[in-house]
Amino acid sequence: MSARKLIASWPVVRQLTGPDRLGLRQSAQSEWSATLESRTETADRVVPSICPYCAVGCAQRIYVKDEKVIQVEGDPDSPVSRGRLCPKGSATKQLVTGGQREYKVKYRRPGGADWEDLALDRAMDMIADRVIATRAATWDGPNRRTLGIASLGGATLDNEENYLMKKLYTALGAIQVENQARI
Amino acid sequence: MGSNMAECHPVGFQWVMEAKAAGARVIHVDPRFTRTSALADTFVALRAGSDIAFLGAIVNHILTNRREFREYVVAYTNASSIVGDDFRDTEDLDGLFSGWDPEEKAYDPSTWQYAGMPVAPSAGHREAAAQGEAHGHGAKLAAGEPATDPTLDDPRCVFQILKRHFARYTPELVEEVCGVPREQFLEVAEALCANSGRERTTAMCYAVGWTQHTVGAQYIRTAAIIQLLLGNMGRPGGGILALRGHASIQGSTDIPTLYNILPGYLPMPHAATHQTLADYIAANTAPGGFWGHTDAYVVSLLKAWWGDAATAENDWCYDYLPFITGDHSAYRTTLDMVDGKVKGYFVMGENPVVGSANGKLQRLALTKLDWMVVRDLVEIETASFWKDGPEIDSGELKTAEIATEVFFLPAAAHTEKDGSFTQTQRMLQWHTKAVEPQGDCRSELWFYWHLGRIIREKLGGSTDERDRPVLDLTWDYPLVDGDPAAATVLREINGVGPDGRTVSGYTALKADGSTRCGCWIYSGCYADEVNQTARRRPGHEQTHYALEWGWAWPANRRILYNRASADPSGKPWSERKKLIWWDEAEGKWTGEDVPDFVIDKPPDYAPVEGAKAEHALRGDEPFVMQTDGKGWLFAPSGLVDGPLPSHYEPHESPFTNPLYAQQANPARQMFRRKGNRYNDEDGKAYPFVMTTYRLTEHHTAGGMSRFLPHLAELQPEMFCEVSPALAAERGLVNGGWATISSARTAIEARVLVTDRVKPLTVQGRVLHQVGLPYHWGWKGLVTGDAANDLFALALDPNVHIQEVKAATCDIQPGRRPR
Amino acid sequence: MRHPAGPATPMTRMGFFTDTSICIGCKACEVACKEWNDVPDDGFDFLATSYDNTGGLSADTWRHVAFVEQPVSVPALGENGIRWLMSSDVCKHCTHAACLEVCPTGALFRTEFDTVVVQQDICNGCGYCVPACPFGVIDERESDGRVWKCTLCYDRLKSDLEPACAKACPTKSIQFGPLDELRARAAGRLGALREAGVADARLYGADETDGVGGFGAFFLLLDKPEVYGLPPDPVVTTRDLPRMWRAAAGAALALVGAVAAACARQR
Repeated sequence: MSARKLIASWPVVRQLTGPDRLGLRQSAQSEWSATLESRTETADRVVPSICPYCAVGCAQRIYVKDEKVIQVEGDPDSPVSRGRLCPKGSATKQLVTGGQREYKVKYRRPGGADWEDLALDRAMDMIADRVIATRAATWDGPNRRTLGIASLGGATLDNEENYLMKKLYTALGAIQVENQARI
Repeated sequence: MGSNMAECHPVGFQWVMEAKAAGARVIHVDPRFTRTSALADTFVALRAGSDIAFLGAIVNHILTNRREFREYVVAYTNASSIVGDDFRDTEDLDGLFSGWDPEEKAYDPSTWQYAGMPVAPSAGHREAAAQGEAHGHGAKLAAGEPATDPTLDDPRCVFQILKRHFARYTPELVEEVCGVPREQFLEVAEALCANSGRERTTAMCYAVGWTQHTVGAQYIRTAAIIQLLLGNMGRPGGGILALRGHASIQGSTDIPTLYNILPGYLPMPHAATHQTLADYIAANTAPGGFWGHTDAYVVSLLKAWWGDAATAENDWCYDYLPFITGDHSAYRTTLDMVDGKVKGYFVMGENPVVGSANGKLQRLALTKLDWMVVRDLVEIETASFWKDGPEIDSGELKTAEIATEVFFLPAAAHTEKDGSFTQTQRMLQWHTKAVEPQGDCRSELWFYWHLGRIIREKLGGSTDERDRPVLDLTWDYPLVDGDPAAATVLREINGVGPDGRTVSGYTALKADGSTRCGCWIYSGCYADEVNQTARRRPGHEQTHYALEWGWAWPANRRILYNRASADPSGKPWSERKKLIWWDEAEGKWTGEDVPDFVIDKPPDYAPVEGAKAEHALRGDEPFVMQTDGKGWLFAPSGLVDGPLPSHYEPHESPFTNPLYAQQANPARQMFRRKGNRYNDEDGKAYPFVMTTYRLTEHHTAGGMSRFLPHLAELQPEMFCEVSPALAAERGLVNGGWATISSARTAIEARVLVTDRVKPLTVQGRVLHQVGLPYHWGWKGLVTGDAANDLFALALDPNVHIQEVKAATCDIQPGRRPR
Repeated sequence: MRHPAGPATPMTRMGFFTDTSICIGCKACEVACKEWNDVPDDGFDFLATSYDNTGGLSADTWRHVAFVEQPVSVPALGENGIRWLMSSDVCKHCTHAACLEVCPTGALFRTEFDTVVVQQDICNGCGYCVPACPFGVIDERESDGRVWKCTLCYDRLKSDLEPACAKACPTKSIQFGPLDELRARAAGRLGALREAGVADARLYGADETDGVGGFGAFFLLLDKPEVYGLPPDPVVTTRDLPRMWRAAAGAALALVGAVAAACARQR
């Protein structure tokens, strides 16, 4: 900012040169105030979504800028929620962008004292090996199943995810597949 | 009742507030005065675990004072059906129904059938009977019309049985059992009656306050009886609304990650009764109603899963399905884990060491695994129990001695994947991926698809029969950024016809292998090759049924059984409460909702001899999923603990049952074993009642709230809620510490002394209740002991849900011993 | 008569009407505010004060829900009843805003919406405004030394959006709009409540003749303000300020002259 502009923007100068001699209104407006706009206006796109907490199913709008979520708000078009969100729904941006999130696979070997790093591909390969070995070792032929592999979870997941889970587990003969619905 | 809607479903509660502003009366019945109570017109404090006594007394009030909606009851319920001579009620047998086998601790339900009806195929088979919930909406009945008495006077008709069953459920009993003054009870009962009938309807909302009991399914049954007697089912402003707690907990029940069902509430094949596809279809096909097409639903599912490998010759690969042989539910599995039978465990977005009953047992179970995969947004307690759990802290377990291999895989958030959630009113809503997941974060869709791909590759050369189901599985989905395209999975769920195009709905499904459908009740969600769940026509541009927002199963119907909103002749019961009606000129049902009925079946339709499935139901039988088309006041089958609800004390209760010699639900599931000690083994050491619950500010076991600063600060520590009287009696100080104990363990909590928790007078003495929110564990920004650690595994026998809404405890000032 | 530092332009005055009779105490307002305005947490302290754990308005809590538990008489239970009042408090955006009037840097100013906002690019953390507020709303954030409070989501208003708290509020206990409309609506609501027998219902801050000239963010309460921790009769702390201000302006003018001269010499 040039010195001239700096001085012109100084509240005391403006209040003496502008119409608002008390300096409490437009004359007192700073650069920040003058250029302010809602950050939702600057979003590259707005993506329709649904709140991930309870089962009311409030509709959300996800505001994305530079491939980052910059705001999550209720969608007023929803006949269920009419744009409103509870405290949890209102915390969705923090849920998806907050520092609490984990971004790396962690591996704990049997008896290990702490986590170790593991590449995602390697983890997938190891998990597949364990499923195959456990299934073979615990196979119950007459009942076409294994009681050696169990699964818990699904109430926070998508229908499509639950579908693939049930489909794969059933094909593998893993029947102890459960979720929060009965807990 | 059984719900704290303002706190647990705040945005849904806007409609309650709106109704209140429009003149509706809001009544809240709960052990605690909550934020829901604060906004209600009437609050009734009752003892945790006594709801059936309260609701049963409403049934009695209706029947005694002839306040039932007689025309609705006669036409639409099984009130007039005659029950067999051999049936004995709990009134006759002091708390047991006929058919009780004391050795097996289970019922043979054959005497609960209608007179002259043959016993349904699986009835009497204990293990198969334990699949009570499997049949979605109800249960099987054998073919044939039961004898009826439309005057409802026959002493053996359901109506009269109901009257006798609840005759001792009086306002005085409510006072004695529930601790509710009789005047207050009568005020509520009368309010319900006065607000029901042709011109008015009453809705009931419940949540896990009703389900998490050893007699939980029967709580909801009692509400169903009330709502049927008052004519509140299938009508606008009526119904029983289950307020579910997770974004897609309804979806994960419909497309079940549950052991006992296949998609669309088809039972998992049971080894005892379903050895062949023909057995399976025969056992699970109802003579009347839409369960008459089980063959089409299951064959279409098998075709969806095994595609061209499934042929008529091989019974559509029916023998690729594994068998269940009994209870394989979450808690049974936990015990099997403790016993070393389970080697590998996948945990997806759930935190059982905090969120499940008997947390210590949950943690011990995990130490017995060979391997475990945890996928979540954050490192939850379940992922790291081996290094920082309370048993490591206490020295009871040593990290080096825990052999469990653990894989923690970071999950993608809902903003990072496409997919649909099914909300609490059966509506599917699509969420669109907004951004790519970072680092190793992936969706479950990605994880399971790739896991299946890798396993299939590794098993590629196998000739072992057991690998055929894996290798023949239809597993080709187009990939979008590495994820299988979620929309193509939804399309498979919807189903396709012989032309390869999506079918319009479940009525298009065939049993001849020409259609494929992953979940018959969801069929129609991708009709016309359009993702119907992604529809977002603004609500304000539609009627308040908003049929073009999302898609509700079945067939986009918003109010189930809405044929009951019209009278038997097809006219709305009243102008004020009209929803759908018969349009004589057009020859079809019409109205504001999608009719939940065969669209062109006239009200006077009568089935011809030999008619099957929906064609076997008359034009005035609205409950189209029931084999007799009726709402069941009395359930001749489908429940393992009785055809009618009876008040039983919780498994752990400081009181004896004043109604029957039978103290608690005789069929409840118990596990008397090490690590799951019950309070009754310790005499009178636990004089108080404890109950668990959620707070608005947190989410279940805390993985999505305790780690977020903006939520964590709002309820920053585990606390218990006690009355000033209990505080005085035990020396508890507001803001100080208390130790709450049971036979399982002791936990500590900060004390909140509040007048909102009232001592109740039950059976002539003062009862104190202790409130325990259950959100905390030892990780996250805010921590605390887990309330669930206090509770034992004692389960509802129908659905295997734990009793954490009522148990006994003791409370002392100070922190727990270390 | 309007206060000399009060509204002068014809722009519509915007504000909040917080109808506490339908507040469910969910705290969505607190969270939505923090998410939008990037307000940090206010500490993780269990206060053992009903369900309130943020304690009050501060630099890091711009919406605050108070919880008041009261014994009441209920027909079926006699004296054994209870009521639980919940109320979402916020900066009042006073007509006569002392914070703004004492601000020596012009950081606090009155916007085109007649709301009172701290301009963070100007605030130097002098803290004059803190004791000036009769409600104890404006507060210094220790981590950066500046003062912070509700802006009535000034940035959102500029983009024709409602403030984050009002948007989220599940029951519309928090309503946003032109103040005149809100006052009319509140009067109607008060009448309905009184008719329904809620004798203690009252408006707080809707009266232009009160000690701060009325609030831009006013309330419908179900009991006396002090029950909610609100001052019963707030008075602007700068009644005598105009006289003082004129003197200050004179001094400032001299300073400007000196600075301008200095700048001119540098060129």
